Amino acid sequence: MPILELNNVSKIYGNLKALADINLSVNAGDWLSIMGPSGSGKTTMINIIGCMDTPSTGSVILDGVDISKENASSLTRIRRDKIGLIFQQFHLISYLTAVENVMVAQYYHSMPDEEEALEALAKVGLADRARHLPAQLSGGEQQRVCIARALINSPQILLGDEPTGNLDEENEGIVVDIFRRLHDEGVTIIIVTHDPEVGDVAQRKIILEHGRVIDDIDQSATFGEALKLKSKESRA
Amino acid sequence: MVNSRHGSRKRMYWRMVSSSLIRRASRLIIAVLAIAIGATILSGLVTIYYDIPEQLGREFRSYGANLIVLPRGESKITRESMRTLRELVGDSRIVGMAPYRYQTVKINEQPYIIAGTDLDQAKNNSPFWYIEGEWGTHEDTSRVMVGHEIATTLGLNLGDSFMVQGVRYGGQAEASRQDLSAEENMRRDSARQNFHRTFTVCGIVTTGGAEEGFIFADIDMLDELIGDTFRAEVIECSVVADANELSALSGKIESDIPELMPRAVRRLTQSQDIVLGKLQALVLLVTVVVLIITMISVYTTMMAMVAERRREIALKKALGAENRLVMSELLGEGVMLGLIGGALGVYLGFEFAQRVSLNVFGRAINFQPALIPATIAVFIAITVLASIIPVRKVMDIHPAIVLKGE
Repeated sequence: MPILELNNVSKIYGNLKALADINLSVNAGDWLSIMGPSGSGKTTMINIIGCMDTPSTGSVILDGVDISKENASSLTRIRRDKIGLIFQQFHLISYLTAVENVMVAQYYHSMPDEEEALEALAKVGLADRARHLPAQLSGGEQQRVCIARALINSPQILLGDEPTGNLDEENEGIVVDIFRRLHDEGVTIIIVTHDPEVGDVAQRKIILEHGRVIDDIDQSATFGEALKLKSKESRA
Repeated sequence: MVNSRHGSRKRMYWRMVSSSLIRRASRLIIAVLAIAIGATILSGLVTIYYDIPEQLGREFRSYGANLIVLPRGESKITRESMRTLRELVGDSRIVGMAPYRYQTVKINEQPYIIAGTDLDQAKNNSPFWYIEGEWGTHEDTSRVMVGHEIATTLGLNLGDSFMVQGVRYGGQAEASRQDLSAEENMRRDSARQNFHRTFTVCGIVTTGGAEEGFIFADIDMLDELIGDTFRAEVIECSVVADANELSALSGKIESDIPELMPRAVRRLTQSQDIVLGKLQALVLLVTVVVLIITMISVYTTMMAMVAERRREIALKKALGAENRLVMSELLGEGVMLGLIGGALGVYLGFEFAQRVSLNVFGRAINFQPALIPATIAVFIAITVLASIIPVRKVMDIHPAIVLKGE
């Protein structure tokens, strides 16, 4: 059962066609990586999937709802309820502690619960860093706070825009390991990445170029092996 | 359950607002200072604004009595009437209330007038009199003040003694007999209904007015000397009141104490009202200018704050925050800035007003407790008002664009 469907989706900025007739279907629990060179339309695609932008033409069906027809307010609500976002730059609020940064997502979603936020941080291995400000955390730790924040409201899709782009190899491995555990728990993961190693660990990989999907690779056969290799590298 | 949920959200709201204020204090200090300076000037000026009538009224009292009370008809003013008058005017508004009784006496066989008065009250009424030496007192009634004109005529200096003679109350003066010696005539005068007493000059009065032709002595001593009870011919009052209040007071005196005839010294009270009106208009103008400047300052600070926090705002929107929620957080910070700046301003404003009052009027100022909530409320309102346009910029922030850093 697809949780996400893009049907003939195009995005046009003036004379530039950032996305051209994209068709994509993602099943619940899938782990998809989107790769491609700069300017290939990766970010535009993830913005549309993440309800932060709308397509110029075509439809985007998220959990049975065509979000391409929704207004900004509805998109905000859908994003809050169904999407968890992870950013390359982490984007933590500088004056809030790690646990407060996680609670912010709860606050906008429903009700802040500090215990639950602490548990989410514990899951990403940051139980002892919960009261630290972002400036007191390493890049890898900040990204893990970002993941805890993205997961706190149990989203249907976890969207990552270059989630390992600012991390060293060790932290990259830790983050990929967290994605693996989340995948095992049934979380749908869609990640935009430049890094072939990170792209290779997904179940499925699509390659974008000039706004078109030029390749759609099923990596199910090598999925487990690539993950093991990545985990081994990070431990080494 | 709903209440606990609501409470939990409210707690998180204030946690975010207070964390932003505390952990970003160094960035917000300029905004707080701008508000505090505005609040200082505003609360200081308002304190002065409310205290000016009192302060200036007292200052104008330095120019002499502004209410003259005369007896109606041929009678004199009794002590009872004066007591009623004092009660009616109220002690708190009285700067000075001096009764005067005038008695003709002879010095070296020449007629002069002793003005019997309450010297302490006369001093309050007429601080502008130039006194060479010192004021006479109720305690030592042998020491009197003489007008500059009399002192010149009689060649009196400070510390000199002179004798006055006169007829007791109800008595009649008799001409001295030329066939008798001066001592014999004096003995005859004393034996009949005449009085005489020696005084020492403690002060010489220079006013440039009619006062220079009088001898000023204690009224009780004068009553005793002439053998009569208290009978004042006029009461000079210096009352803290503007023209309207003085007019109303005169009306009340006329209706409540019919034996008295009040006369407001209009020229003085009208001048006071004109100066007061102009000063209050000036204070009002400065206050409005300060409010506008504070608003502009808060507006630019909030504009800078929203621009500086575009990423944070974009992130919140990306996490699903509606515009109104993000705007309410920024306004919450504005409210807190107004609260802190306003509270600081109340304290500093009073200090400012106190210094102005001490330097300009030479008197301490009264603190107006109502200014605390009023100033804070005004500055919260100003901060919120000045924040509306900057905060509305939140609506123009697109998370996808800002978070990508484009």
